[in-house]
Amino acid sequence: MLKTRIYLDNAATTKISDRVFDAMLPYLKEQYGNPSSIYTLGREASIAITNARTKCAELLNAKPAEIYFTSGGSESDNWAIRSVADLMKAKGKNHIITSAFEHHAVLHTLQELEKKGFEVTYLPVYSNGVVKVEDVKAAITDKTALVTIMYANNEIGTVQPIREIGAVCRENGVYFHTDAVQAAPHIHIDVQADNIDLLSISGHKLHAQKGVGLLYCRRGIKLNPLISGGGQERGLRAGTENLAGIIGLAEAMAAANETMDDVNEQHKKFADQIYDAVMKIDRVHFNGDREHCIPSTVNFSFEGVEGESLLLQLDLQGIAASSGSACTSGSLDPSHVLLALGLTHEVAHGSLRISMSEYTTQEEIDKLLEVLPGIISKLRAMSPLWERIVKENK
Amino acid sequence: MVYSEKVMEHFSNPHNVGEIEDASGIGEVGNAKCGDIMKMYLKIENDTITDVKFKTFGCGAAIATSSIATDMIKGQPLSEALKLTNKAVVEALDGLPAVKLHCSVLAEQAVKAAIADYYRKNGMDEEADKLNVHCDDCECCG
Repeated sequence: MLKTRIYLDNAATTKISDRVFDAMLPYLKEQYGNPSSIYTLGREASIAITNARTKCAELLNAKPAEIYFTSGGSESDNWAIRSVADLMKAKGKNHIITSAFEHHAVLHTLQELEKKGFEVTYLPVYSNGVVKVEDVKAAITDKTALVTIMYANNEIGTVQPIREIGAVCRENGVYFHTDAVQAAPHIHIDVQADNIDLLSISGHKLHAQKGVGLLYCRRGIKLNPLISGGGQERGLRAGTENLAGIIGLAEAMAAANETMDDVNEQHKKFADQIYDAVMKIDRVHFNGDREHCIPSTVNFSFEGVEGESLLLQLDLQGIAASSGSACTSGSLDPSHVLLALGLTHEVAHGSLRISMSEYTTQEEIDKLLEVLPGIISKLRAMSPLWERIVKENK
Repeated sequence: MVYSEKVMEHFSNPHNVGEIEDASGIGEVGNAKCGDIMKMYLKIENDTITDVKFKTFGCGAAIATSSIATDMIKGQPLSEALKLTNKAVVEALDGLPAVKLHCSVLAEQAVKAAIADYYRKNGMDEEADKLNVHCDDCECCG
């Protein structure tokens, strides 16, 4: 088996960058103090967290007091949505608007709220995976408490018209939350200009560690107390801070902000190469929108091929990627994202997501494009479904 | 979810892939919506399976179970092949993750479907009906 490891699943998680690792290391070893302690070691830790909070706030054009450190994207999504739901229910509002292809951290939270009497509108995302602002506008009623729509989709990379959706929410006095977990590594986010009230970010998608993230919550919006205990995170989320993780998150966000323009350009080049090569394969579908996207993520469906087999074949060649096939999701249905685009189950099962990072090289893309057509041919040669497709289309 | 080495071995180099042009019996189970289709071709002479080939659209486990099931029935008399159980397939593969057990059921059903087809082609409808081929055990198709 090949020893090379080509990692093209950066939308799943990323490696910790040297810069982030170096920033974190002192806080794991020498400066390990509890930020709540009074002596120097503790005070230094406390100052480091304050600085990290300030840095994150500046990068998002927010205020430090509006940044809450969490364990990651799912916690931030849960916290934001539940808090606004409780806040607004008390004011007689019980309607939430979202899109059909949100992350499960959002969808499952909303499903729980539905059981508690909330009504949820799931907006269509159309065949290109982009929500229409006019749909948001049309869905808002006098009962609407919250709109929660992701910034960039995790499976197909499409970017939503966040600023315009935010503006519609402002006009109608509705709170607006966005899951920016996939967008944060690739897009300069400005919560003021983008009209965002609450926003979730995860560390491990941008070369920080797993288990750290943040929630931006606009001043004046009351968050529910999440964990009872000490006074951390303004008394709302108790527990000694994930010191090194938080330092790493701030460093990672700063690093992404500095490099993302160049990296995006590079990814655009790679994405074009991948698109041009893959679309030459017979009966393949591109999933997404070539214009409204983060170029780091590309997604295709190959008819007559099952996604998990495709991933295992790629793995045998040392390439790590992802699929929306049911077999890889551990459920019986293929990805809800791909189904929301209108793909049939059959076609959704044969999907492949390639997601790049700043460490992705030309050689790696060349290698992928060298082996992929052969793998597709091999799997199709043994696929009775492909046999049928060919017969039907003769 | 982790596959055994045996599963990966059969997935990487599946045995008996292909078609038999003048097959004595052909069985197809599963459906594209669920993401698994297995098609099995049998050459039967004197009640013995002299050759077997398969084509599978599906996950790694589906391909591996097809591969090992064909190995297990090749050269066997029909009476023995009909005793093949999904459990035996799983054991031969050194286990399958729980979410993949339905693939072993598919393999067992594919063999039975191919034998039932052979029976029907030879006017033995009653024998074929007895096999009761179905893949309803997979909740996906329910």
